[in-house]
Amino acid sequence: MSQPAAPPPSDGRERGVEVEKLNVTRSGRDILRNISFSVPAGQITGLLGPSGSGKTTLMRAIVGVQKITSGSVRVLGRPAGHPRLRHDVGYVTQAPSIYMDLSVEANVRYFGAMHSRKREDARRAIDAVDLRALAHQKAADLSGGELSRASLACALVSEPKLLVLDEPTVGLDPVLRADLWRRFRSMAEAGTTLLISSHVMEEASHCSSLLLLRGGGLLAWLTPEELSRKGRSADLEQAFLHVIQQSEATVA
Amino acid sequence: MMLATTGRVLDQLRHDRRSIALILVVPALLLTAVHFLYENETLPPGVPRTFDRVGLMMLAIFPFVVMFLVTSITMLRERTSGTLERLLTTPIHKADLLFGYGLAFSIMAALQSLVATAVAYWIFNLDIQGSPLWVVMIAVINAVLGVALGLFCSAFARTEFQAVQFMPVVVVPQILLCGLFVARDRMNEVLEAISNVLPLTFSVDALREVAENAQATDLMWQDVSAMGAIVLGVLVLASLTLRRQTP
Repeated sequence: MSQPAAPPPSDGRERGVEVEKLNVTRSGRDILRNISFSVPAGQITGLLGPSGSGKTTLMRAIVGVQKITSGSVRVLGRPAGHPRLRHDVGYVTQAPSIYMDLSVEANVRYFGAMHSRKREDARRAIDAVDLRALAHQKAADLSGGELSRASLACALVSEPKLLVLDEPTVGLDPVLRADLWRRFRSMAEAGTTLLISSHVMEEASHCSSLLLLRGGGLLAWLTPEELSRKGRSADLEQAFLHVIQQSEATVA
Repeated sequence: MMLATTGRVLDQLRHDRRSIALILVVPALLLTAVHFLYENETLPPGVPRTFDRVGLMMLAIFPFVVMFLVTSITMLRERTSGTLERLLTTPIHKADLLFGYGLAFSIMAALQSLVATAVAYWIFNLDIQGSPLWVVMIAVINAVLGVALGLFCSAFARTEFQAVQFMPVVVVPQILLCGLFVARDRMNEVLEAISNVLPLTFSVDALREVAENAQATDLMWQDVSAMGAIVLGVLVLASLTLRRQTP
C-alpha cells in the first residue's frame, strides 16, 4: 500500500474531481491558494485541516456554489456548477440545512422530489441514516446528531455520483460513526465519489486518499499510510503535526 | 418541483396552527371593528356607507400586507438556514421556487379573503354592484403581489428584525396613497404621481369598478392586467436575487 494516493486520471478511469491552480479570494483575503489535485471516481477522499484552513470553501468550490477567483474545478468531467451536474452532486453542509418546521420524512421527500425521487427512495435514505423511528418527528425536536443525519439523508435520497460532506460525523456516537463510515465505504465500492471533511484525524484512516489543508494551501496529498510514514507516527494526529512542522521547517 | 415546493411551504405552515388562525381570522375581526366604527354615522339619503368604501378596500389590503410579511420572513429563513443554497444545488429551477411560493400563499390568501369577504358581504351587508367573487380575485392578486415583494425584499434583510422593518418602507406608503384615506384626485401632484405607479393603487381602482358596476368592466380588466404585469416584473427581480453562486 505504498502507492501514491491519487494517480493522475487515466483515460480508462472515470473522472471524479479535478482541481487545478484554484484560488479563492474573499474581501481581499486569500481563502484558497493554488490548490491542485484530482481524485478518481469511486474513492473516499478525506479533506483534513484545522478550522479556518479553507475546507468548506474548497468543498463549496467543488459543489459549484463558490465564486472562484482563478483556476479550474471540474467534476465528473464537467466544470463545477454545470447545470447537468445538479442531478449528480450531493452536498451536505456543516450546519444541518433542512426545514426545522417539517418532519424528517417531509424534508427528505421534498429534496427527493427535486430529483423526481419517490416515497420509497426517501424511506431508504432515512433507513440509511438510522432515523426510521424518528421519521415523523419535526426536525426542530431532534438532537444535534439526529439533525445532521437527517440533513445527510436529504442528500442520500438522490443517490448522487459525487457526495460532498462537510464534517458529517460531528457529534455522533462512536457506534453510529462507524456505521456511517461503513456505509460511505460501500457507496464508494458501488462507484460513488465521496469527499468528506473532518477535523478528527482518526477518521482519516477510512479514506483512500487525504488532502491536508492548512492556511488555505494544500499541505499534502497522500494516502493515510503515507501520512503515517511521512509523519513518523501511527497516530495520524501526531503524523499530521509532524508534517506541518516539516513543511514549516522547509519554508524557514 | 413547483408543486412539491407549494406542498412543502403549505406543510410548513400547517405545523404552525397559530399563524393559520391569525391569517384566517384577523382580517375578519378587523373588518368587524371597521363596521362598528362607522355604525352610527348619519348619512344623507343616497350616499353610500363609509363601510362600503373602506371595508371593501381593506379586503384588498389585508392579503397584501399579511402575505408580504409571511413571505419575507419565510424566505429570509430559507436564505439564512442554508436550505436555499442547498435547494439551488439541486435541479430546481428558480421559477419552480418562486411560483411554488406564489401558489402556496395564493391558496392561503384565497381562503383568507373568502372568509373576510363572506363576513363583509353576508354579515355586514357590504353593498357593491359587482360580484363578490371579483373581490376575492383581486384580493388574491394582491396577495401574490405581497408574495412577490416579500420574496424580493427578503434579499435585502439579514435578520427577521430587518425584514419586518421593510413593512413601513414598502407597504405603508402604498396604503397611504392608494386612495383609502384621501381620494387620489384630491392629492397634490407629486403624491398623485407617485400613487399612479404604486401597485396597490391599481387594485383599489379595480375594486371601485367592481363596487360601481354589476358586470366586469374594461377598466377593471386593465387594472387587473397592470397588477399582473407588476407582479411578474417583481418576480423577475426576485429571481435575480437568487444566486446559485456566492462569493
